[in-house]
Amino acid sequence: MSKELIRLQDLTMEFDGERVLDGINLYFNDHEFLTLLGPSGCGKTTTLRIIGGFLTPTSGTVTFDGQVINDLPPYKRQINTVFQRYALFPHLDVYDNIAFGLKVAKLPKAEIDRRVHEMLETVSLKGYENRSVESLSGGQQQRVAIARALVNQPKVLLLDEPLAALDLRLRKDMQIELKRIQRSTGITFIYVTHDQEEALSMSDTVVVMDKGRIQQIGRPEDIYNEPKNAFVADFIGESNILDGVMLSDYRVKFFGRVFECVDEGFAPNEPVDVVIRPEDIDIVAPNQGHLVGTVTGITFKGLNYDIIVEFKGFKWLIQTTDYHGVGTTIGIRINPEDIHIMHKSEYSGLFGDYSSYSAEYDELTEDAGDEEE
Amino acid sequence: MKRNKSVLLSAPYLIWMVVFTLIPLGVVCYYAFTDPSSGEFTLKNLRELNLYWGVLGQSVLYSIVSAFICLLLGYPVAYFIAHRGPTAQRFLYMLVMLPMCMSFLLRTLAWVGLLQDTGIINNILAALGFHRIRMIRTPGAVVLGMVYNYLPYMILPLYAVIVKIDHRLIEAAEDLGCNGAQVFGRVILPLSVPGILSGMTMVFVPAVSTFYISQKLGGTDTVLIGDVIERQFKQGNNPNLGAALSLVLMILVFVCTGIMNRFGGDSEEGGVIV
Repeated sequence: MSKELIRLQDLTMEFDGERVLDGINLYFNDHEFLTLLGPSGCGKTTTLRIIGGFLTPTSGTVTFDGQVINDLPPYKRQINTVFQRYALFPHLDVYDNIAFGLKVAKLPKAEIDRRVHEMLETVSLKGYENRSVESLSGGQQQRVAIARALVNQPKVLLLDEPLAALDLRLRKDMQIELKRIQRSTGITFIYVTHDQEEALSMSDTVVVMDKGRIQQIGRPEDIYNEPKNAFVADFIGESNILDGVMLSDYRVKFFGRVFECVDEGFAPNEPVDVVIRPEDIDIVAPNQGHLVGTVTGITFKGLNYDIIVEFKGFKWLIQTTDYHGVGTTIGIRINPEDIHIMHKSEYSGLFGDYSSYSAEYDELTEDAGDEEE
Repeated sequence: MKRNKSVLLSAPYLIWMVVFTLIPLGVVCYYAFTDPSSGEFTLKNLRELNLYWGVLGQSVLYSIVSAFICLLLGYPVAYFIAHRGPTAQRFLYMLVMLPMCMSFLLRTLAWVGLLQDTGIINNILAALGFHRIRMIRTPGAVVLGMVYNYLPYMILPLYAVIVKIDHRLIEAAEDLGCNGAQVFGRVILPLSVPGILSGMTMVFVPAVSTFYISQKLGGTDTVLIGDVIERQFKQGNNPNLGAALSLVLMILVFVCTGIMNRFGGDSEEGGVIV
């Protein structure tokens, strides 16, 4: 990546004595697509609003291009925002919404006209100039909101759950669209979402947040493959999380059995959390397995089956393309590189047990409503 | 079935409307176009209106001036109320409503006591060694009476519209480079237009037809159309001319509110009367 653009240092934020941000340290590079990912109330929107200038942090500093901008009002920042549910001006048509920032900046009329039309083309809304924004569909309003922000050629674009109100299909299209726009303009995108799939597929860097703290920063692959604690492992995709003991480098013991792994640098006999992704588990005949369990549930997911397998009273989620009926005894094998070891954390024991798994699990995503406002 | 039920439920008011609005309107029209003595159709009453265009113009002028003063005074108040906490909002809202709980006649009479040549204000001025000022029986006193009485009708619709403006629109404007004044001029004010039109209408309509305010606070040169109409019925004993004047006033009110609403374009929130 290139040079650092924004730095948050020891940022804390309190509302009525309640701490919503707790010591955030984070920097953003120029031209980067960075996503703040976390559940409702984790502080991601608050962080975004501080960067946008709509909130002043309780303590800590916000630095932009080397200058502290804690008290700089929003209109003096080279940052634009795509708001949750768009916040388009209902009294202006599409053209005037997009031209708004340029008119405030008192640019020459011809220049405004050129840039607005260019932007309409970028977001595929040519011919919609004189439409009232209220007559547009959600996806079109969304694109007006993006155009309205981008036309000002900001250094940084903040996006606050911009796709949350769209249906799944449109959301997927817009993800690709946004990524394309980000690449072609080279503008730094700071994106807030609670949708882990969205975060993984779009971002250069993902910042996982919970309880006002950063849980992990990394490339999407690293976050997925090497989660730092049980929270991250559970929030990013599905994970079986087990208690284990790290006997020595590359050797971990769980379920009374010693497994080979690829992790090192733990204290001898350190208790750890072991993460095994449901798609990394190979199903074999019972006599060839590392472990033997009984299938207690199966759900067809289209691409695969989600099966719940009980091992010694502990239930795992395994994804497989083959059908295994309830009551079948199966063996499993786990490759060393598919065993991920994490230090114990405050989240240990809270996640990764599928004993209460139900088919509706995936629908339990939180409401993307007015969080943290 | 449903339709029948709703007709049935609305019947009392519909009947009321017919008996006490539509029929009287017809009677007004009838009187306006008939001769007082013979009862025959005539345009004489309308021709007589020529004498009263000046009074009519004066009424419109005073009402529009009052409406604008109400807007200038009322907007900041409405804006202030709309940006308080919920408890303060309720309290301030009640405060605005409070004068409306007092009799309109009493409120106007109270101003007589304040403004007249030997009234409270002049007595204080005199006691302080200043000259007494002539306040009552001036156009200013009439406008003051209108503003004082109808200001709540301006504040309430303005408040209702301003309080509903989405705060994120203000943030969006700031985000796009607006300082405080620009946010107001480019977003808040345009979005307040339905409230402004509604408030202007609600001040203008009662003000243009008032007679009590001008009778109590005005002089011989501040006669309003309402006074003239009243006189035709009570002293002049010419209900036909009075009816013609009422008819013209009604048309005038329609035209004025129509013009005002035209400025609002197609934004029809805020509950404009006509």
